[in-house]
Amino acid sequence: MFVARSIAADHKDLIHDVSFDFHGRRMATCSSDQSVKVWDKSESGDWHCTASWKTHSGSVWRVTWAHPEFGQVLASCSFDRTAAVWEEIVGESNDKLRGQSHWVKRTTLVDSRTSVTDVKFAPKHMGLMLATCSADGIVRIYEAPDVMNLSQWSLQHEISCKLSCSCISWNPSSSRAHSPMIAVGSDDSSPNAMAKVQIFEYNENTRKYAKAETLMTVTDPVHDIAFAPNLGRSFHILAIATKDVRIFTLKPVRKELTSSGGPTKFELHIVAQFDNHNSQVWRVSWNITGTVLASSGDDGCVRLWKANYMDNWKCTGILKGNGSPVNGSSQQGNSNPSLGSNIPSLQNSLNGSSAGRYFFPPLDSPRAGSRWSSYAQLLPPPPLPPLVEHSCDADTANLQYPHPRRRYLSRPLNPLPENEGV
Amino acid sequence: MGFHQFGQACLELLTLDDLPTLLIPGVNSKKHQMCFDWGPGEMLVCETSFNKKEKSEMVPSCPFIYIIRKDVDVYSQVLRKLFNESHGIFVGLQRIEEELTGKSRKSQLVRVSKNYRSVIRACMEEMHQVAIAAKDPASGRQFSSQVSILSAMELIWNLCEILFIEVAPAGPLLLHLLDWVRLHVCEVDSLSADVLGSENPSKHESFWNLPGNTQTLTELELKWQHWHEECERYLQDCTFASNPHLESLCKIMLGDEAALLEQKELLSNWYHFLVTRLLYSNPTVKPIDLQYYAQSSLDLFLGGESSPEPLDNILMAAFEFDIHQVIKECSIALSNWWFVAHLTDLLDHCKLLQSHNLYFGSNMREFLLLEYASGLFAHPSLWQLGVDYFDYCPELGRVSLELHIERIPLNTEQKALKVLRICEQRQMTEQVRSICKILAMKAVRNNRLGSALSWSIRAKDAAFATLVSDRFLRDYCERGCFSDLDLIDNLGPAMMLSDRLTFLGKYREFHRVYGEKRFADAASLLLSLMTSQIAPRSFWMTLLTDALPLLEQKQVIFSAEQTYELMQCLEDLTSGKPVHGGSDTQQCQDDDIETTKVEMLRLALARNLARAIVREGSLEGS
Repeated sequence: MFVARSIAADHKDLIHDVSFDFHGRRMATCSSDQSVKVWDKSESGDWHCTASWKTHSGSVWRVTWAHPEFGQVLASCSFDRTAAVWEEIVGESNDKLRGQSHWVKRTTLVDSRTSVTDVKFAPKHMGLMLATCSADGIVRIYEAPDVMNLSQWSLQHEISCKLSCSCISWNPSSSRAHSPMIAVGSDDSSPNAMAKVQIFEYNENTRKYAKAETLMTVTDPVHDIAFAPNLGRSFHILAIATKDVRIFTLKPVRKELTSSGGPTKFELHIVAQFDNHNSQVWRVSWNITGTVLASSGDDGCVRLWKANYMDNWKCTGILKGNGSPVNGSSQQGNSNPSLGSNIPSLQNSLNGSSAGRYFFPPLDSPRAGSRWSSYAQLLPPPPLPPLVEHSCDADTANLQYPHPRRRYLSRPLNPLPENEGV
Repeated sequence: MGFHQFGQACLELLTLDDLPTLLIPGVNSKKHQMCFDWGPGEMLVCETSFNKKEKSEMVPSCPFIYIIRKDVDVYSQVLRKLFNESHGIFVGLQRIEEELTGKSRKSQLVRVSKNYRSVIRACMEEMHQVAIAAKDPASGRQFSSQVSILSAMELIWNLCEILFIEVAPAGPLLLHLLDWVRLHVCEVDSLSADVLGSENPSKHESFWNLPGNTQTLTELELKWQHWHEECERYLQDCTFASNPHLESLCKIMLGDEAALLEQKELLSNWYHFLVTRLLYSNPTVKPIDLQYYAQSSLDLFLGGESSPEPLDNILMAAFEFDIHQVIKECSIALSNWWFVAHLTDLLDHCKLLQSHNLYFGSNMREFLLLEYASGLFAHPSLWQLGVDYFDYCPELGRVSLELHIERIPLNTEQKALKVLRICEQRQMTEQVRSICKILAMKAVRNNRLGSALSWSIRAKDAAFATLVSDRFLRDYCERGCFSDLDLIDNLGPAMMLSDRLTFLGKYREFHRVYGEKRFADAASLLLSLMTSQIAPRSFWMTLLTDALPLLEQKQVIFSAEQTYELMQCLEDLTSGKPVHGGSDTQQCQDDDIETTKVEMLRLALARNLARAIVREGSLEGS
């Protein structure tokens, strides 16, 4: 891991959420300063803020992108009790010339009477739908029936959770065997030990969401919740951020064994539970293939969790602040990968203290007649294989891709244009 | 190559206290938390404060957003070659015929292994050149440390090749090990060659030569035993007592450990010591016995002064024939997945891995290949190599490819077509549809209707094709002409995707036929568009208006029957409309125009009907 770039966000208050778009070429940030900013990655890899606008009249908690099949669409939710849908307008105005884009509000969803704490677009196979949840304990599901007219959103479902809601997650599975499903977490901190995670499933017959499961074992406030990408599995994996990180599997019990027509019943198993954050865990999120879970907690760290091929979950990395002040420049391409690992590595063992353990001594100490001098006389390597047949065409766009090491190469050595051979 | 990457400690039940930790400058983890998001190849991290109840101290101490990348090696210019060339070897290996057995299969696998190693060496040498040419010492050190790592990789791989792939038996085994040490210990100067006969080819080659296997292992052992006893006799007879150097030499030739260790500075490391010791004490060492010699050589060489390091442990695991341990240790020690993924795959082709089943049925080989391929997908062009690796992961390769490939940014049409080709070759219909839909949506947003239409046809997205067709028709109504004629004229069977698209195609065909002055054909086509209900109601008035010039032609074009049908259409259309009593002036004006149009049509239809009846009557009469 390394910091490839740091970008001055220039928000005037706390940033509450950062969000990559589907392809990772745009991002959105939202803040207590009531604004949302959109950032675009240029061909050279630099990030530029292309839009910044006031979105709400309160702190903006979350910002999220719709799937690009629906165009360039954002949703935000706020302390001001609303959620809003935004669409980027392609215009011939001067904006474009200045490298700015224009976002218009398509709708304000005003049904909540309290702070809207989360907003999530449904998986794309369900159409353009989004769910919100709010401190008043209600999950609302909206749909835009006409994807070309985002000003029309209809409130399709209101699900009462009876507890102040903090987070929602759609089950991303597009398998026909799985009905649409949404998990809801509550951060209600009143002393009653009620279960804080509920799972609702859509019933084709009643056309309503019905509660399928309650995670009875999760009784502490829940701050975030995330279904993993499905990978074609028959069961689901759900990560929960509460006083620790928990990972559950939900195996549907075969339909014929349950009363037909009712919601699916699940066999619940906890497969991992980690209290490494020491206290509250605030965010959990899966990478795009669902192989790594990241969590963020009160210890100020982001931890990465991964299962090995024997289904053993463990922490595989930590992102931690070093506490040092930030220095001036607004955008740095940190081409020198700095990984603060203290894992013993091969390199350590090679360049360790004991003499005679080098394969190749450090460059700055060549000694005549030493092993170093004979390095050039390495025995001839086995014959090179015939040139690799497969070669990928270059992406012209990549020609200017910033190379982390390029800075060090004042002149190209054995020139290998980036497009050659790849 | 940097140090340890995240995700690598996951191979086994290792409990490491020191986890790979990335320090983010400017973030104060003591006071604040971090919000983050995953992207396809990168991660976003930003300082925040989650506890909303506490009033934030306003102005955040860290207004920076950080882009975190996982695998630094993917971005290395030199290693790029390693990835590219090993990809070809990998694909070739997957195609090695399963039927090949015994010797021919083994020799093939050994050849593949050597090819991998030659790629590592080539890369190492290039990295060395880069290191030498580096301008500042810091980057020079960085590159030379990469040379060291590449060198270690090759060392490990070579040993694995000898022990696991060649499976050299007693006798040839030591020969291979001698070559191994010679290749990797660069101390090939004449001095050491003289002292340690192992480095002098003339000495051992004649000795070890086994032409045509005429000499059996037993014969060799007998001869060697004889020579060994002779040496021992000389030593006991104090033949060399006058010359301590000669005596030491003699002791070395007898494999005396203490004598060898006296020359420790000439032996660069414990495995050099091991091989030298074996050469003089047990040249026909059996593979099974290697581990004992290896362990004692390591202990003797380190002499309690230092503890074994990762490389030592890896080599020791290899001498113990513990493949699983080798892979495990390599996964932890090496900074990228390239090495373990390719080595494991090769060993799997040697049928050496018992599968460690994942709960969803994948094995270690696949696990490592998936990791490696996912890393490639973080790179803007190396992802194309990753595709083939996913292809050879039977369990989760396809679904992983699906998840990765749809995230490839489609910034150019060329790139989009490349991604589509990959998906189409693999019948990934949902990904093809989605990519085309994204492009269609992008085109519509930019008002490029032709492009939007062709992408939605490719996506087989009927609803979107309808939407785009409507845009075309609307544009036509506003401007009186069509854009993208080439596309619409050549829709072919694609026209059937949606009714509206069919109508668009047919309507354009009407215009073409009309333009070619084939009025009768044009007339019946126009009529059929309405009677077959292909034309949307909202468009009927336009169609009827289009009929006007045909009705006004000198010769009769619409037959009496056709005229009746047209009249029927007109009446259907007008009767359904409510009478507007609104005060909206615009609405009134529109209604006026509409009424005038209807009146004109009625008149024209009536006149045409009269002419048609007269003409048809006179034709019948004649």
